[in-house]
Amino acid sequence: MNIVVCVKQVPDTATERKLRSDDKTLDRDAADGVVNELDEYAVEEALRLKEAHGGEVTVLSMGPAKATETIRKALAMGADKAVHLHDDALHGSDALGTSYAISQALKKIGYDLVILGSESTDARTGMLAAMLAERLGAPQLTLASKVEVDGTSIRVERITDYGYDKVEASLPAVVSVVEKINEPRYPSFKGIMAAKKKPVETLGVADAEIAADQVGLANSWSEVVEFAAAPPRAAGTVIKDEGDGGAKAAEFLASKKFI
Amino acid sequence: MSEILVLVEHVDGDVKKVTLELLTLARSLGTPAAVWAGPGYSDAAKARLAEYGAEKIYVAAADEIGDYVAAPKAEVLAHLVTERSPAAVFLAATGEGKEIAGRLAIKTDSGVISDAVGVGEGFVAEQSIFGGGVNVHSRVTKGTPIITVRPNSTAPVAAAAAGAEEKVEVALSDAARAARIVERVVQEKGARPELTEAAIVVSGGRGVGSGENFAIIEKLADALGAAVGASRAATDAGWYPHQFQVGQTGKTVSPQLYIAAGISGAIQHRAGMQTSKTIVVINKDAEAPLFEIADFGVVGDLFQVVPQLTEEVDKRK
Repeated sequence: MNIVVCVKQVPDTATERKLRSDDKTLDRDAADGVVNELDEYAVEEALRLKEAHGGEVTVLSMGPAKATETIRKALAMGADKAVHLHDDALHGSDALGTSYAISQALKKIGYDLVILGSESTDARTGMLAAMLAERLGAPQLTLASKVEVDGTSIRVERITDYGYDKVEASLPAVVSVVEKINEPRYPSFKGIMAAKKKPVETLGVADAEIAADQVGLANSWSEVVEFAAAPPRAAGTVIKDEGDGGAKAAEFLASKKFI
Repeated sequence: MSEILVLVEHVDGDVKKVTLELLTLARSLGTPAAVWAGPGYSDAAKARLAEYGAEKIYVAAADEIGDYVAAPKAEVLAHLVTERSPAAVFLAATGEGKEIAGRLAIKTDSGVISDAVGVGEGFVAEQSIFGGGVNVHSRVTKGTPIITVRPNSTAPVAAAAAGAEEKVEVALSDAARAARIVERVVQEKGARPELTEAAIVVSGGRGVGSGENFAIIEKLADALGAAVGASRAATDAGWYPHQFQVGQTGKTVSPQLYIAAGISGAIQHRAGMQTSKTIVVINKDAEAPLFEIADFGVVGDLFQVVPQLTEEVDKRK
């Protein structure tokens, strides 16, 4: 089974994240880049499926030059090879442009199964997997907490507000995962060393047959009008419990008409 | 005024609160037209949508729309966007709502804005990003604006309208029938409101200490008519089911009142609750970062403070 796992480098949520004042896009230099957390679960699931069914795991990442750090981490976890979709023309692409570019790269690479995290910690649109399914005409098996493959059929448990749906489809398919699905492995020392020798192919816009007028900031379908740091919340009252903390909290709730 | 399509979220034939919020929001910017997709449509649903301002209700009630993941609903909406040229399309920023929005954007070559907390003139959407640290105003520049709106962003206000029904027949494509839902499994369905829709949420974290101890959190929630949430530490430990996790990799909630007990407030958690209107924090560690955004905080043992609060709430009812 040919599995492609999409990973994204995102700014570390533990650091201060910013938008650039010049073009209002994410400031990728202001914070350390890390692997989008949910994508680690996607890599883990891809590796487990490969271990169970055989095949190959290819990492696909769209991003600037420094996204290679993220690619190496996924390779160190055990993926076989990688494709780095990297071109200045892609900078500032919105969800439509990004899904288009990645879908073109996927067509170039070929796949039986595409796996990604259900959302990124920076943009948090939660749309990419559905958009890839739409563009590729492949079944959308998103928000999966369990994945089972049997020959060319695939079943997932899809998290819903009331519990989960059991969903089935035929390969090729697009799967997005939630963190409940597994526990990602840490790269071993051997894995880290091996990752350095694994092939990473770089694809540009022309290589992936991406139409230049469908990607990049200038061709986006939406624009940021303005942005500003959120005003700090007005300082609240913090009391120390002297045996009446619960009662004091109740008084506060009553003063706000919650009770 | 031109029509704004609002995709109705419904469970077992009941219209969800977020839809009433979207109708209220749509009313301020145009003429709301509800879109019902899937089985379960009834006179009660019609009355509810009309009560909250739906001038028109497009009904695509074919059973098969509910049999597949996301794609059929996107096809129904795409059909209406082509036929009716609405001014905008609003959907709830729920898991499936966002997915439908994404697919619709591609089908109609339109821009999409995800997880807005408000929408103003010219369909400029406000978003709260980076865990609530930055406010962004964005707008769609191509096609029909497609905007998903976070539940609890607007208070639903009734304003009776015609609710004129119009049946919609859409022949689903094969691609829309690719991911079939073979079974719906309902878990933990109690009397409590749904987490993302609830006006009040009471959440427990690492400090709660065990699954059994979550009964303390549930009692307070029930006294307040609230939903129960949990931090990632609590769901990772298996103390509370995953679908109740509030945070960056879980649900984003924006209730009128959020009470956090035994949650320190790492960015991972704050990202999921920072737009709550009023925040109450109970934690024994005075240094817990969540106190920084609390409207009211109690530094103390949650096993003392929470039951006392529950008792007081019951007394005042």
